[in-house]
Amino acid sequence: MPAPADRRYAETHEWHKQEGDFVTIGITQFAVDELTDITYVDLPQVGKRVEAGKRFGEIESVKATSELYSALAGEVAEANQAVKDDPSLVNQDPYGKGWLIKLKAPGADLSKLMTVEQYAAKHGG
Amino acid sequence: MANLLRTPFYDFHVKAGAKMVEYAGWEMPLLYTGIIPEHEHTRTAASIFDVSHMGRLKFTGKGAEAFLQRVCTRNLAKATPGQSMYSLVCNASGGILDDVIVSRFDRHWMMVCNAANRQKLLAWFNTQLATMPGTTIDDETTTSAMVAVQGPKAVGLLDPVLPEPLSEIKRYHFEQMRLMLVVQFTVFRSGYTGEDGAELICGLSAAGMAANYLLRSGKEEHPVLKPAGLGARDTLRLEAGMPLYGHELSETIDPLSAGLGWAVDLNKDFIGAESLRSVQAAGPTRKLVGLFIDGPRAARPDMAVLLEGKPVGVITSGTMSPTLKRCIAMAYVDASLAAPGTALAVDCRGSQLTATVTPLPFYKRPKSA
Repeated sequence: MPAPADRRYAETHEWHKQEGDFVTIGITQFAVDELTDITYVDLPQVGKRVEAGKRFGEIESVKATSELYSALAGEVAEANQAVKDDPSLVNQDPYGKGWLIKLKAPGADLSKLMTVEQYAAKHGG
Repeated sequence: MANLLRTPFYDFHVKAGAKMVEYAGWEMPLLYTGIIPEHEHTRTAASIFDVSHMGRLKFTGKGAEAFLQRVCTRNLAKATPGQSMYSLVCNASGGILDDVIVSRFDRHWMMVCNAANRQKLLAWFNTQLATMPGTTIDDETTTSAMVAVQGPKAVGLLDPVLPEPLSEIKRYHFEQMRLMLVVQFTVFRSGYTGEDGAELICGLSAAGMAANYLLRSGKEEHPVLKPAGLGARDTLRLEAGMPLYGHELSETIDPLSAGLGWAVDLNKDFIGAESLRSVQAAGPTRKLVGLFIDGPRAARPDMAVLLEGKPVGVITSGTMSPTLKRCIAMAYVDASLAAPGTALAVDCRGSQLTATVTPLPFYKRPKSA
């Protein structure tokens, strides 16, 4: 699945999509392919503060465990319950139904993150 | 991927959409559709695995039996032609250089070894040959192909297409056969998944033909037999409680601690025997155990196993078991803590997971009627 152009990408393979005061975060197809079949996603509670560049959760597959990072600071407004219940949603639809958390981050600046072209050039989308 | 070896099935893997990865110097399929579906398909139907990366060493000559008896822990004199035996190859201190399967043919022997250890073993054997001449070792790894067909439906699938039925070959035995008159190959009733099935070795030129024959009925995809990759092979062997070199086995681990005493004959002379007799007399200080881990987080290799906060062992393999739907792991723990039911913990990046020692294997295939 090609990475969508409507969001920005971090070196650690999370996508960040800004909509008004909110930024939704998920992981890229590249990350999903590296992890293989996802079995567990640990996400923060609503209301928890997330710091820029810091770990906010972890994701496990049959093969490996990986940490999840947010490129920006904010407050967790929503954690995707559907993904907690069925982690394979991340495999099926990493850019859509497999989103992970929604941060309340008014005025967040995503310009330092990679564009889809930059990310695709580096990791083949 | 530069400088990697490719098996004769490389094109097949790419065409089938496999995710290819580097493994022990080979470019191998990690998965085709997904590790979990391939795992489940192997447990419920049948899968075909390309295992051509495994080392295949042929031993010929008058000294071959004595040589193999010297380098292997198992008493191979007990093997009859047509029989295979699992064995360890140890160094003088009893550390495991590799785990192998040795098969006795009428006029030669064949050893299947781990891909990552093939060059190391060849060097080790060549050193031993200096004092024990009379054996020729031919590395047939890159001039032959090997596939495994595994699963509850494997025997039923192979029986009608093989010239001699697999169901009549006993476990850990093999037969040499001819397919379509020209394709010569060897069929072993063995595997590394915990399921029934076969491992087949044939020459390079016959590999493509044999695979097409097994995998396709006409031009359609085979309705039952599907390819599975190294990812599923790893989760399958872990459920079956089978050790993997580099995880459960290494040069600093002896076969007795690894629970492989059944593959060691201390009554015969072999390299490492003296050290292993001392281990046997004193009793191993650590033992390989199975662990059930509570919760959804898997224990991973190198995580510490704890008792009352103090390290008492280390995880060697761990995953969420696709069959049991719970986390399983193998670990070395202090021998005094190896009894099933012992309550332990695993240090998972700072938090403690509850673990219980459990007998291996985690999964045993249902006895067929």
